Amino acid sequence: MSEIKRVIIIGAGQAGGETAQRLRQGGFEGDVTLIGEEPLAPYQRPPLSKKYLAGELDAERLQLRPPEVYAEEQIALLTGTRAVWIDRANRRVRLEGGRELSYDALVLATGARPRMLKLAGADLAGSHVVRTVADIDGFKDKFQAGAKLVVIGAGYIGLETAAVARQRGLDVTVIESAVRPLARVTCPEVAGFWLDEHTSKGVRFMLSAQPALIKGVERVTGVRLADGSEIAADLVIAGIGVTPETTLAQQCSLTVEDGIVTDRQCRTADDAIYAIGDCARRPMVHYDNRMARLESVHNAVEGAKIVAAAILGRDPPTEEAPWFWSDQYDLKFQIAGLFQGYDRIVRRGDPAERAFAAFYFKAGRLIAVDAVNRPAEYLGAKLLIQTGRSVAPAVLEDSSRPMKEIVAAAKD
Amino acid sequence: MPKITYIENNGKEHVIDAPVGQTVMEAAIKHGVPGIDADCGGACACATCHVYVDPAWTDKTGEASSMEQSMLDFANDVEDTSRLSCQIKVTDALDGLVVRLPRSQH
Repeated sequence: MSEIKRVIIIGAGQAGGETAQRLRQGGFEGDVTLIGEEPLAPYQRPPLSKKYLAGELDAERLQLRPPEVYAEEQIALLTGTRAVWIDRANRRVRLEGGRELSYDALVLATGARPRMLKLAGADLAGSHVVRTVADIDGFKDKFQAGAKLVVIGAGYIGLETAAVARQRGLDVTVIESAVRPLARVTCPEVAGFWLDEHTSKGVRFMLSAQPALIKGVERVTGVRLADGSEIAADLVIAGIGVTPETTLAQQCSLTVEDGIVTDRQCRTADDAIYAIGDCARRPMVHYDNRMARLESVHNAVEGAKIVAAAILGRDPPTEEAPWFWSDQYDLKFQIAGLFQGYDRIVRRGDPAERAFAAFYFKAGRLIAVDAVNRPAEYLGAKLLIQTGRSVAPAVLEDSSRPMKEIVAAAKD
Repeated sequence: MPKITYIENNGKEHVIDAPVGQTVMEAAIKHGVPGIDADCGGACACATCHVYVDPAWTDKTGEASSMEQSMLDFANDVEDTSRLSCQIKVTDALDGLVVRLPRSQH
């Protein structure tokens, strides 16, 4: 590719913000324009359903970097700005209002949008989602002790919200259409642990349950289920997953298959356009290059590292095993790897002691770990996966052997 | 505001004003000190904000929790004074703190 002098990044979330920062840290001297729809400079999303919701972290501390740093580093940060059109032939991006900008390299870091409930009453006051600072600020004043909260969806967002709500003294009911919580992201045993944990903290679960409508006039007053039962509610929060934001990519005919498809270098079929973060799908090097779209900080940061290296003409960074975390009550849930397709689970520790790890194996190889308050098991398994090593299931089952020793002894 | 000195592995020093109540990691990240990645933003989930606390300060920074210690076990080039900087809260007593950064966080 010819020399890159102008980089445009669409999407000012963590992936976009880190890309801009890493380009400058790597010595890129050309123009960097970072375009975001939200009014805020790039910030961390994970705390939104954790410490920000709990009031333990303010909006300023959510920011990845102080907003003035962007100007100091000559990064043109355009907040509150929508990109509406990509002209691939002429390498131009049009903004809402008509302004056009030229690029030599374009990074799509457009993220994902929360799925909205498709129910009557879903647009009533008191019905919310959790994705942005504005989303949380929109219900924070009602998130008070004694309020009746109905959470729809028992994924990470739903359960983290439920945990903070119980700690704040709200009355909490979680409605989930699957037979167990976290059904998409973990095995039945680990899901059962979280169900018990939340139940013991006073959360009511309605599993295999379908919401039929949100009741209320102007404000929500309850949720009616498909079986006709009703739950009173002052606040309804939906955590039913996200949809990758691929409108611009589709409009300019890039390949989109539940995410903008890229190669391992995060490059789309157009070699001037990259896609990273929640909106993108790329081959997973530790999983036979299976294509995956990950919604995680790890993926956002790694995409930024990969793209910055590609634009700077440097060697790509070593890819990490995918990692995730969730904080609920006083528990740290840490996940490494991708568990899909597992055929065996080995456990270390005891769920009854609220500290255990579940290791996932596929055809005899370690592919993932779910660790509750077991950081050594988490980091040890992550290291094994990303260095292509495995250990026999029986070795991991022996809790008397320290994880560090097991990892040190592991062979290719 | 307490001042913290971060010394990169190549010897380059950064003296940062660190607000009380934030962490030693946050002050570094917000000022772009190279050598602290802190990918997880301070949730004690990634072990990429490893620092060596200057021996003169280890009494004041205290000891790592068992969670933090387990994470450190898998960091690179760990020493006796290794800490995760996201787990050290800035207080007035830490005015003048010196931390050194490892070769790599990954």
